[in-house]
Amino acid sequence: MGAVQTISVMHGEQQGDGEAPVVAVDNVHRCFGTHNVLNGVTLGVNRGETLAVLGRSGTGKSVLLRLIIGLDRPDSGSISIHGVDIARLTIDQMSEIRKRMGFLFQHAALYDSLSVRENVEFPLRHHRKDLSPSERADRVMHLLAEVGLVGDPNKMPSDISGGMQKRVGLARALALEPEILLLDEPTAGLDPISSREIDNLILKLQRERQMASIVVTHDMLSARTISNRLALLDKGSVVIEGSFEDLERSDIGFVKEFLKQ
Amino acid sequence: MSSSGLDANAAPRLQLPGVRTAPLAVIADATTGIVSDFFEWFGSIGIFFWQVLRAAVTSPFEWRELIRQLDEVGSKSLPLVALAGSAIGIVISLEARYSLSRFGAKSMFPATLVYSVIQVMGPVITGLVVSGRVGAGIGAELASMKVTEQIDAIEASAINPYRLLAATRILACILMLPLLTLAADACGLLTGWFAQSLVEPLSFHQFVESGFKGATFNAFLPPTFKTAVYGLIIGLVACFQGMRTKGGAEGVGRAATNSVVLASLFLILADVVLVKFILVVFP
Repeated sequence: MGAVQTISVMHGEQQGDGEAPVVAVDNVHRCFGTHNVLNGVTLGVNRGETLAVLGRSGTGKSVLLRLIIGLDRPDSGSISIHGVDIARLTIDQMSEIRKRMGFLFQHAALYDSLSVRENVEFPLRHHRKDLSPSERADRVMHLLAEVGLVGDPNKMPSDISGGMQKRVGLARALALEPEILLLDEPTAGLDPISSREIDNLILKLQRERQMASIVVTHDMLSARTISNRLALLDKGSVVIEGSFEDLERSDIGFVKEFLKQ
Repeated sequence: MSSSGLDANAAPRLQLPGVRTAPLAVIADATTGIVSDFFEWFGSIGIFFWQVLRAAVTSPFEWRELIRQLDEVGSKSLPLVALAGSAIGIVISLEARYSLSRFGAKSMFPATLVYSVIQVMGPVITGLVVSGRVGAGIGAELASMKVTEQIDAIEASAINPYRLLAATRILACILMLPLLTLAADACGLLTGWFAQSLVEPLSFHQFVESGFKGATFNAFLPPTFKTAVYGLIIGLVACFQGMRTKGGAEGVGRAATNSVVLASLFLILADVVLVKFILVVFP
């Protein structure tokens, strides 16, 4: 139990000649009180690649994403973004790194006092002061169209459905044209049809933008659809990492059990 | 092995202390949690204040949000503060007239009203009213944002939440409290004069001349500007309580309540210190 099978075959993407991963998680530990949430996790994601992190609820998947975006700090180990160890950076130093990252929260985390348009415009207003108001407005409408949102952009988040909120959250995450995209349970709480629409949207965006993406999910079908590689967590450790076929061929009991869903 | 069945060579059993019964020990045991929580709270708010201060003095400053908060704290509190000030003016007028009549000092009424309102009641009442309205509002708003991950989303968007949310609100409270206090004072003096005039006609000119006779700016400016310290207390406590919330809807309610209670308490305690400070520095 706990032996990690790291299958170095990756679907459709070659590791570049000596190219370092865009996101590198190295032997990261995180505990809350006496509960060891992450227990020596090591992962890497390259440009143009999507890694799905799977596991049962409470195995530290979302905590891992929060560590990568810098909302929390590991107890030990390192997390590098483009070769920079982010664990000891200040908020303002981390902000420079975050301008190249996008994060979709599990419940979208839209600003409820701002309209859909203002939510998507929020990062542009703060970080793209070179754009005129009309250029910003055009970019917002383009982003909303890109995520398939039509209709009145002046609606408030409380006036739109969960699926639409996820799309707005995704548009906001893409506003600064990130190189790294982190998605926390993008299909959680959605019906099967909406889930597949979100999956197809993520796949389309990934093909067009070639970002390094990490998707946390417990939806195996979603993971299989949108990712090049999967990593399965159990009790805070990576049990197996590789393609879906590699997971199917694994003889680890937990992996077999997880794939039965 | 001895006849009793016990191994004489075994390590001695660990003797755990039982319940302490000495009076001081009982008090110490009962209050350890409270005392450590007390120091932990002050330590945490100190760290929070330092993070806000650092964010406030580094660019880019959030001017747009500051202007929005100046409106939220200042103009939207004005009606309530004016009403409170007016009520205080009437109350002091009624009480002062009665007390001064008993001692044959009715001529002192204008000065009594002016000094009572401007030096004491105006600042404190303004502080407590704003603490209730603004403190609860900021505490609840930021707590709600915290539990719905909106503050995390701000930080993930490469924006410093201490700069955008906390520094702007605290600075707005610091800037607006003295102005609101002036408004409360003005309303209190007007209504106080009016209440007195209904009983014994007194022209406003006479009232002002008599009330401010021999007064200097030192008598009135420090009490008004000490409310900037009240603003710092209200903004800091409310932002701290809001941004550290945990626990969903219950946490939001607790943050709003604690913001008002703690800000009001510290405001009153600060007044004791500030009054002494003013009396020493501006004799």
